[in-house]
Amino acid sequence: MENTVSLKINGIPVTVPEGYTILQAAKQANIEIPTLCYLKDVNCIGACRVCVVEIKGRRGLVASCVYPAEEGMEVLTNTPAVRKSRKTTLELILSSHNKKCLSCPKNNHCELQKLSLEYNVDEDRFSGDEEFPEVDDKSPYIIRDNSKCIKCMRCVAACKNLQSVSVIGAIRRGYNVHVGCAFEESLNDAPCVGCGQCVVACPVGALTEKSQTDKVWDAIADPDKKVVLFTAPSIRATLGECFDMAPGTDVEGKMVAAARRLGVDKVFNMNFTADLTIMEEAHEFVERVKNGGTLPMFTSCCPGWVKFLEHYYPEFIPNVSSCKSPQQMFGAVLKSYYCEKEGIDPKDLFVVSIIPCTAKKFEVTREEQFALGMPDVDVSLTTRELGSMIKEAGIMFTGLEDEKFDDPFELASGGGEIFGATGGVMEAALRTAAHILDESLEVTDFTEVRGQKGVKEATYTVGGVKVNVAVASGLANARRVIEDIKSGKKDYQFVEVMACPGGCINGGGQPIQSDSVRNNVDLKALRSEVLYTSDKNNSIRKSHESPVIKTVYGEYFGTPGSEKAHKLLHTTYVNRKK
Amino acid sequence: MEKKSVHAFNGTAEQEEQLKAVIREHHDQPGGLMPVLQGAQEIYGYLPYEVQSMIAEGLGISLSEVYGVATFYSQFSLTPKGENRISVCLGTACYVKGADKILEAIEQKLGIKSGECTEDGMFSLDSTRCVGACGLAPVMMVNDEVYGRMTPEKVDEVLAKYMNNDKAGEAQ
Repeated sequence: MENTVSLKINGIPVTVPEGYTILQAAKQANIEIPTLCYLKDVNCIGACRVCVVEIKGRRGLVASCVYPAEEGMEVLTNTPAVRKSRKTTLELILSSHNKKCLSCPKNNHCELQKLSLEYNVDEDRFSGDEEFPEVDDKSPYIIRDNSKCIKCMRCVAACKNLQSVSVIGAIRRGYNVHVGCAFEESLNDAPCVGCGQCVVACPVGALTEKSQTDKVWDAIADPDKKVVLFTAPSIRATLGECFDMAPGTDVEGKMVAAARRLGVDKVFNMNFTADLTIMEEAHEFVERVKNGGTLPMFTSCCPGWVKFLEHYYPEFIPNVSSCKSPQQMFGAVLKSYYCEKEGIDPKDLFVVSIIPCTAKKFEVTREEQFALGMPDVDVSLTTRELGSMIKEAGIMFTGLEDEKFDDPFELASGGGEIFGATGGVMEAALRTAAHILDESLEVTDFTEVRGQKGVKEATYTVGGVKVNVAVASGLANARRVIEDIKSGKKDYQFVEVMACPGGCINGGGQPIQSDSVRNNVDLKALRSEVLYTSDKNNSIRKSHESPVIKTVYGEYFGTPGSEKAHKLLHTTYVNRKK
Repeated sequence: MEKKSVHAFNGTAEQEEQLKAVIREHHDQPGGLMPVLQGAQEIYGYLPYEVQSMIAEGLGISLSEVYGVATFYSQFSLTPKGENRISVCLGTACYVKGADKILEAIEQKLGIKSGECTEDGMFSLDSTRCVGACGLAPVMMVNDEVYGRMTPEKVDEVLAKYMNNDKAGEAQ
């Protein structure tokens, strides 16, 4: 049996497992201690001193996020000394903070702002630096404004602990400490993969995506442009959070209605190209298995993962599926098939993707993917940017009636729907690969690859072929899988990787939930539940059974892996430096 | 920025071998980065981009982690040291006697900031804490020579000794 300790917090007796911190124990007594640098599963360093508490009979205050609960301890979380200390800490942080809150992208969602208000601080009590550091906006995906940084190190921890990328770190010491890349390089020149986990970890406005909403507004206002917008599978599971709806609310119908009211010409469902990716990828996998191609095959739909591999494991480039991501496939399909069908000059078509991801902003700039001599997708926006456009347009999101996606890409399979969660691409691919190998097979659910575990493994035998699969989310987990393959410890044939822990539903472009939510709620599970419920209720579960897929192959691509498919839907990769 | 240093990296194959030996020695040791950085600074005299990259690669950690430690400790230098190493004491006694003005005068004269090295490699400039000669405040040192009761006006005179013939300066 687990050892427990009993203590009192604000006079309330609690018994918790040994090893619990005071912060965790307090939660059990329904007492919330404010935090700033602490972020569950990401950062726990006891540095910011906002979570300090008093322990009866002991000198000084302790940081409750790292201090273990002990037997007989009497903790006080709300004494004058505690409140005064927290207030002074906040005032010191504000002394060197660029307090331009009105135009800050995090205004109203800033954890420092919230605490400052709660503790009634004097924001000008200490005068600090007048000059602020330069903003790094050179990368296509992330802007770092260190004048807003509070040195909580949550971004550094996300980059190192979740992603094992570690391109940012604390530089220098004391008052001069700041977060940046080695040798003060721009993020653009460092081997950053653009996943944006730093952005969603940031409690303030120091890290934001590079907003491109202006370009979309311009295109909508341009009478010569036909603007089409499509949304990735996971957006419907998270967009509601931008409008204070509970995490895990499916807002597909409202999302379509809102996007349409922005003034775009068509709103399409990217689940269709998730299905298309599966058709191409499952076909490629079966080919590799049958013809002795390079195995294990790695999935290629996640741009953060692809860039990670190009930087850190270029020797594995032949293992990556040549399939473009669903975003890029949709762009290519729209500018070829759709334009031909509708009689539109591809130059006049402006394609906007709504993607839960910052790395996609880099992906659209990859010239090796310009099959038609132009970008497949013109602008890639995050869920947050779509949310801000909807607000800017004065659309009352929560009251909207549900609407349907536009034809001819309205319908998609459940396989396409689960693309947004870790294991979803694998499961969808297995549904179709199993069908290719053995048409009599009726398996739909591959439950072993579902769930929030960092690395999942399973072995399936279909059509006489034994397939060991692995699914990793979070690049630190992906690194473990690759190292195991390298050392020969593991023998896999098919590996799915999503850069963000939990997959796209927890992507770097998703709505940012504050620490008080992230520390208490399993966001990843709630959001992915939306996708799996939708899959379960879909009458079409397998990508190859989707009527849209049948039409598009029948009218245009012929068969998966055809010459036309290769020209438009497949790509090559780049060996990059570390 | 600092990566594109004005000083070209002139590491030799022999130095690289020495560094690799140090990395091998500390490779699997927790906290091995510190002794490797100390060893590297001893071998090269400073820790430029090229050296830190070799350390990151050799220890299997990211360059940003190496850089973070290298910039945390003041004992590590990212710029090469000059043929003549100038240090200006900014300890309490020297400071109240106007040591900051001395530092400023040298910075102006040489066109470099504290912590940097002149392009020709003749002089490097650092500030230091108490050198134990408070009676002579404000104090500056060039290599092992101490110059006391400094004034901004006397800076020219001291530096001149090393500009013309540094051997003569040291013999004084």
